[in-house]
Amino acid sequence: MVKRLAPRDVLGETLVDLGEKNPNIVVLDADFWPASKIGAFRERFPERFIEVGIAEQNMMGIAAGLSTVGFTCFASTLCVFCSRRACDQVVTSVCLPRLNVKIVGLYAGLFVGKNGASHQALEDIAIMRSIANMTVVQPADAIETEQMLRFAAEYDGPMYLRIGRDPRPRLVPGGYEFRLGKAVTLRKGKDVTLITYGDLVEDTLTAAEALAKEGVQAAVINMSSIKPIDEDAIVKAAEETGNIVTIDNHNIYGGLGSAVAEVLCENMPVRLKRIGVRDVFGKSGTEEQMQAKFGLGAEDFRKEVLAMLNAK
Amino acid sequence: MSKKPVTVRELEEIANRIRISVVKMIARSGTGHLGGSVSMAEILAVLYFKVLNLDPKDPEWPERDRFVLSKGHGCPALYATFAELGFIPRKLLMTLHEIDSPLQMHPERGLCPGIEMSTGALGQGLSTAVGMALGARIKSKAFRVYAMVGCGESNEGQIWEAAMFASKYKLENLTAIVDYNKFALSERTQDVMPLEPLYDKWVAFGWHVIETNGHSVSQVINAFDEARETKGKPTCIIAHTVKGRAVSFIEDTAKSHSVSMTAEQVQSALEDLGCSADDIETTLAQMKGV
Repeated sequence: MVKRLAPRDVLGETLVDLGEKNPNIVVLDADFWPASKIGAFRERFPERFIEVGIAEQNMMGIAAGLSTVGFTCFASTLCVFCSRRACDQVVTSVCLPRLNVKIVGLYAGLFVGKNGASHQALEDIAIMRSIANMTVVQPADAIETEQMLRFAAEYDGPMYLRIGRDPRPRLVPGGYEFRLGKAVTLRKGKDVTLITYGDLVEDTLTAAEALAKEGVQAAVINMSSIKPIDEDAIVKAAEETGNIVTIDNHNIYGGLGSAVAEVLCENMPVRLKRIGVRDVFGKSGTEEQMQAKFGLGAEDFRKEVLAMLNAK
Repeated sequence: MSKKPVTVRELEEIANRIRISVVKMIARSGTGHLGGSVSMAEILAVLYFKVLNLDPKDPEWPERDRFVLSKGHGCPALYATFAELGFIPRKLLMTLHEIDSPLQMHPERGLCPGIEMSTGALGQGLSTAVGMALGARIKSKAFRVYAMVGCGESNEGQIWEAAMFASKYKLENLTAIVDYNKFALSERTQDVMPLEPLYDKWVAFGWHVIETNGHSVSQVINAFDEARETKGKPTCIIAHTVKGRAVSFIEDTAKSHSVSMTAEQVQSALEDLGCSADDIETTLAQMKGV
């Protein structure tokens, strides 16, 4: 059986390791550390673990202020509160002065246990990628999560790390190294390219395998760097396969699908299908129930791809 | 950096020069936040010429005390103070609000030397000052952090989030100053959103609180001395001020918030501040559309 790890399972230990190497790393929390699993940093470096309470706007401002005196700040709470609650603070206090604040958002997209619509971040990519100076990334698995955190600790400037909740198998290839603005091809194919990131990479690969059995060779790209986005990889995929499908755990408005559409329309217009949450709010439910209700499972992807390729 | 001794009289003169610069800058720009700039003149003069540990030759000296203008719209007065101090050349003041000027309508860190934080979206600056003060604590640095908060700005919930946090972390190196000029943008704060009992609110949030006359240089000096000596908690100085102070045609009115002055109003304001006829004539000639 393949070992499954949630991205957050490596958050605490990776931050501790970074904190050991760099005394300027601080972690800010808004009363969520037991769920975000950053308690290891809290125990190891109590003086560098800042508990702001349930006050996400204040957290962003404090992180901004700390960064001006030389700290690399990891500010962490749920994706919804990073983006929706603290949006103006992220814009004015963090991004306008381009400060060294890494916003670690937990519970990306629909898969937030049974917490329901108030806790489901379906707008955060749209919000964050429209803020100048901001970068937006989401890891597909625990290995990519660790790499992104290590990258973030070295990168000078604002980042939004969007972290999924549930366990995944290893999905990135051996020897993989995360690079900002670089996509990774997980599977080659000549008929269609499926572009996704984060939580849905696993089901996208499953869909590609099923399609192969029906004679459709689907390439799969992990677009873990959503901003900056790898324009070259998108154009190349359009040239090679002529059909692009994007898969978002986010509203179809403003997510990866929109970002890919922007690149295609300006550079290489080809047929595009955007799969994602179709401008509705989420619900309480398990991941399986959510996938079934919102059409975000491997079988849904397979059907959508076939429908697209069969359409005249 | 050791400071040259400065007298109360000299600080009052600096405050007056800050007001004169603000009126000239806003006259030149055509519009600007006059009332909430001139209400802070004495406090800024005392801070920058008596209180803050700074190197006028190096605005980025790492050991400097920090000042965050949380009520960012008052920045014409801060820019004028920087020109008095030598952080920026005086002639730069007349580029206020120009599209490529470092002197934007709300201050931006990185654009203008001496601006510690981008502000203007009200409620945010105090949190960033809290972060700086906490950073000094973690790094065992001796610098102190000051933040100027507007009274209208105190409607924002984030101010009180920051207040709770600073109290929890016992940030004795942090001083907030409330420029209590009793007006928000539209009306008196008591009508927009009553703040009283403001003293009791800050006390209840765990701060040492000092009430002072924000236009009395000697009282403001004493308040900062008391703040520096206060241990175990942050200090809030509630500075009672007058919006549009010393500019008679708008003093203590909501109209002073953002103004576009006629030539007559500019003349009246500069006369109030004791400018010479030649000086006034030069200013009027520089006004756009005059």
